[in-house]
Amino acid sequence: MAAVSPSSVDELAAALRDTGSAPVRVTGGGSKASWGGVARPADVELSTRGLDRIVEHAEGDFVVTVEAGARLADVQEAVGGKGQWLALDPPEPDATVGGVVACAASGPRRLRFGTPRDLLIGVTVVLPDGTVARSGGKVVKNVAGYDLGKLFCGAFGTLGVVAQCTFRLHPQPRAVRCVSVAADDPGPLVAALRRSPFRPSAVEYHGERLSVVIEAFEAAADAQAEQVRALVGGTVASGVPAAFGVRPWGPAEVGLKATFRLGALSEVLALVSKGFRVSAHAASGVMWLGAAWVDADLLAELRARVAEYDGTVVVVTAPDEVKRELDVWGPVRGVEVMRAIRDRFDPDRRMNPGVLDVI
Amino acid sequence: MLARDFVAALGPAAVVTDRVQLRTYECDGLTAYRCIPGLVVLPETAAQVAYVVRRCAEESAPFVARGAGTGLSGGALPVATGVLVVLSRLTAIRSVSVDDERVVVEPGVVNLDVSRAVAADGYFYAPDPSSQQVCTIGGNVAENSGGAHCLKYGFTAHHVTGLEVVLPDGSVERFGGLAPDPVGYDVVGALVGSEGTLGIVTEVTVRVVRAPERVETVLAGFRSMDDAGEAVSAIVAAGVLPAAVEMMDALSIEAAESAVACGYPPGAAAVLIVELDGPADEVGAELAEVEAICERANAFEVRVASSAEDRVAIWRGRKSAFAAMGRISRDYIVQDGVVPRTSLPQVLHAIGVLSAESGIRVANVFHAGDGNLHPLVLFDASAGETEAAEAVSERILELCIEHGGSITGEHGVGNDKKKHMGRMFTAVDLDVMQLVRCAFDPANLCNPGKVFPTPRLCGERPGRRTGVHPVQAAGLGEVF
Ligand SMILES: Cc1cc2nc3c(=O)[nH]c(=O)nc-3n(C[C@H](O)[C@H](O)[C@H](O)COP(=O)(O)OP(=O)(O)OC[C@H]3O[C@@H](n4cnc5c(N)ncnc54)[C@H](O)[C@@H]3O)c2cc1C
Repeated sequence: MAAVSPSSVDELAAALRDTGSAPVRVTGGGSKASWGGVARPADVELSTRGLDRIVEHAEGDFVVTVEAGARLADVQEAVGGKGQWLALDPPEPDATVGGVVACAASGPRRLRFGTPRDLLIGVTVVLPDGTVARSGGKVVKNVAGYDLGKLFCGAFGTLGVVAQCTFRLHPQPRAVRCVSVAADDPGPLVAALRRSPFRPSAVEYHGERLSVVIEAFEAAADAQAEQVRALVGGTVASGVPAAFGVRPWGPAEVGLKATFRLGALSEVLALVSKGFRVSAHAASGVMWLGAAWVDADLLAELRARVAEYDGTVVVVTAPDEVKRELDVWGPVRGVEVMRAIRDRFDPDRRMNPGVLDVI
Repeated sequence: MLARDFVAALGPAAVVTDRVQLRTYECDGLTAYRCIPGLVVLPETAAQVAYVVRRCAEESAPFVARGAGTGLSGGALPVATGVLVVLSRLTAIRSVSVDDERVVVEPGVVNLDVSRAVAADGYFYAPDPSSQQVCTIGGNVAENSGGAHCLKYGFTAHHVTGLEVVLPDGSVERFGGLAPDPVGYDVVGALVGSEGTLGIVTEVTVRVVRAPERVETVLAGFRSMDDAGEAVSAIVAAGVLPAAVEMMDALSIEAAESAVACGYPPGAAAVLIVELDGPADEVGAELAEVEAICERANAFEVRVASSAEDRVAIWRGRKSAFAAMGRISRDYIVQDGVVPRTSLPQVLHAIGVLSAESGIRVANVFHAGDGNLHPLVLFDASAGETEAAEAVSERILELCIEHGGSITGEHGVGNDKKKHMGRMFTAVDLDVMQLVRCAFDPANLCNPGKVFPTPRLCGERPGRRTGVHPVQAAGLGEVF
């Protein structure tokens, strides 16, 4: 297997052009290397880590352009010096920006800021044949042309390589407060919060505790936290808990992601509370589930039950031998159209073979 | 033949063939482009839409979707040999689930009706184009429409979680739904903003948002545009994210005053409308900060709306600005371009110079918070000023591109701006975007001739490529 690590977009394009239709595995920080379907062997391993520049931080515009191999943490550090941040907080350490985009990885603050698709305003991609293309731009408001960025978010590299990204930034919060309360069933509390005037940055359910994160002006944060506490109970702290947003699985375990309509939190929790460790973005309709082992029947059963809440269950990570026994992605709405898109972008299906075979 | 089939399937009242009636559909909100459609159909159900599209596909007849026809880029401009599919009769609100923060609607539902459906529960639908009393959700999805409050709340793309679409071959597919993060590619994201070129949307699932506890609206008068621009930058730099930041210059204030007597600070060279919303304490803290910033930026008058009526009065001037142009000019062009916010002062100066040199007046009303300019280029066609005005309008777009901005922030490319696409994107970029189009519509029947200056040939079906990629063969492979 040939390993390539281009250090410019041109080199990246050349690397793909020069390798014809050979299967390519794209890697970033490797933090999500186990995500998706069982990767088939590839002839070329293409690392984006050489593409790690922060190209431009347009401070006054709250916009940053970075190469895909830059670590998210490094980007945060660079823009953090100016009181800004890229409002994405997936917990995987060492994740690169490209990997976060390709896996559409999200964390607790998606409640307020959304997921990569919502903050990515421009993208440069390299297609499997080496063609370099750009869509979007450097301004937040822009409707010129198709938004390729949306398609590349969550495509797991199967349409081509994300080479450079431009993101909208946000001001760092001035004050953080966290209201934390023990709850067997957080459903009613989350429903009450949803109907309240408060706009938490995150509402997390982890280890039988509900954590409500308030990020606001110093003057307003205490008052709001106190009001939230009056609503849901518990205690107020001036920072988030230690395991905040951490995925509920260990290295050789099975991790699932369930999504569901927002109002069905209690019902979905009831389905999983016995067999799984749970970490939920409780007000966002997203739940991460961890277990030592999952079998195909259990997964199928869970899928069927979660589908009643218009939801889906995917296997995020598992040892390959476990994945082989499982239907990793499950049913995909609109899959025919997705296949047609993939056929156009990667007719040889050379990119990340195995990872998203359902399409 | 199509007309006969459509009458048989949809009934005579749903098919327009009469030349005089057809003419009423010849343009959208951008009346500069007109084309009488071959046939107009007004289906009432998604199944009828699917039937119409399937028959069009079988006969290789081009078709164009139309909502309320308020689009400002000629996106719903018909094709003379094709069928115009008007969605305005699909107006059912299929379900409202406040607990899920979702509303499911048919595409002909008017934007404001979504907010009305959830108002009693204390919710609203955030994307608020100024045309919201008439434009349809289907049109909003196609254009990824925005509005004054998108600075904080985002555009249509951020508020659509599911779509049912009649694909260009007449088949019906669903993407996304009530839950977030559908599995696979983000096709919903690709469809929103695709300007009706990838299919006809027959159902939309939107996110609705809790109405804020407190809203404060500030009106500040400045002696210069630069001072007002300074205030905008300072507000953003202070970490305040207002719901809206709108700016108007002297000429647009003049027009608004003469139309609706909005009573803005007399003698202002610029006014700023800043709206803050959210939890009461937070808004209170932000309000104090915004007032102080405006004063530091030499605002000579800062008013805070003290009642709902006050707030409406402040917005009345801003909202009437476009229509009010008729009071000070016989004809005008509404332009829509975007620049990075920090380039606003330079670009506004350049527009001023352009106006002085050409003798064509330009009024500026815009979403200052996100750098979305709406220059109104004023002219008198009867005095032969049309060409000069068009030249000024185009030059403004060039300024936007030169400053790293965009040729459209919310009105779309449509028919009007496809000629400018090549200045923002390379031929390769546009070709790659059209791969998406080829995946949906290889026969190029769905709203053809829009968005892209040159259509890409899709080939019958994508085969394995052999030899050199056509892009490289054309010598375009090196154009980055
Ligand atoms: C006074 C005025 C103010 C405006 N203010 C704003 C503003 O503040 N912000 C803003 O963003 N826009 C604004 N607009 C532009 C316009 O209102 C929006 O673009 C709106 O979304 C168009 O909706 P419509 O129903 O009128 O669509 P139409 O004009 O009928 O169609 C627009 C496009 O959508 C496609 N389309 C329509 N329905 C469907 C469907 N069901 N499926 C697929 N494609 C479809 C059409 O083919 C066409 O390409 C304004 C227009 C006017 C006249």
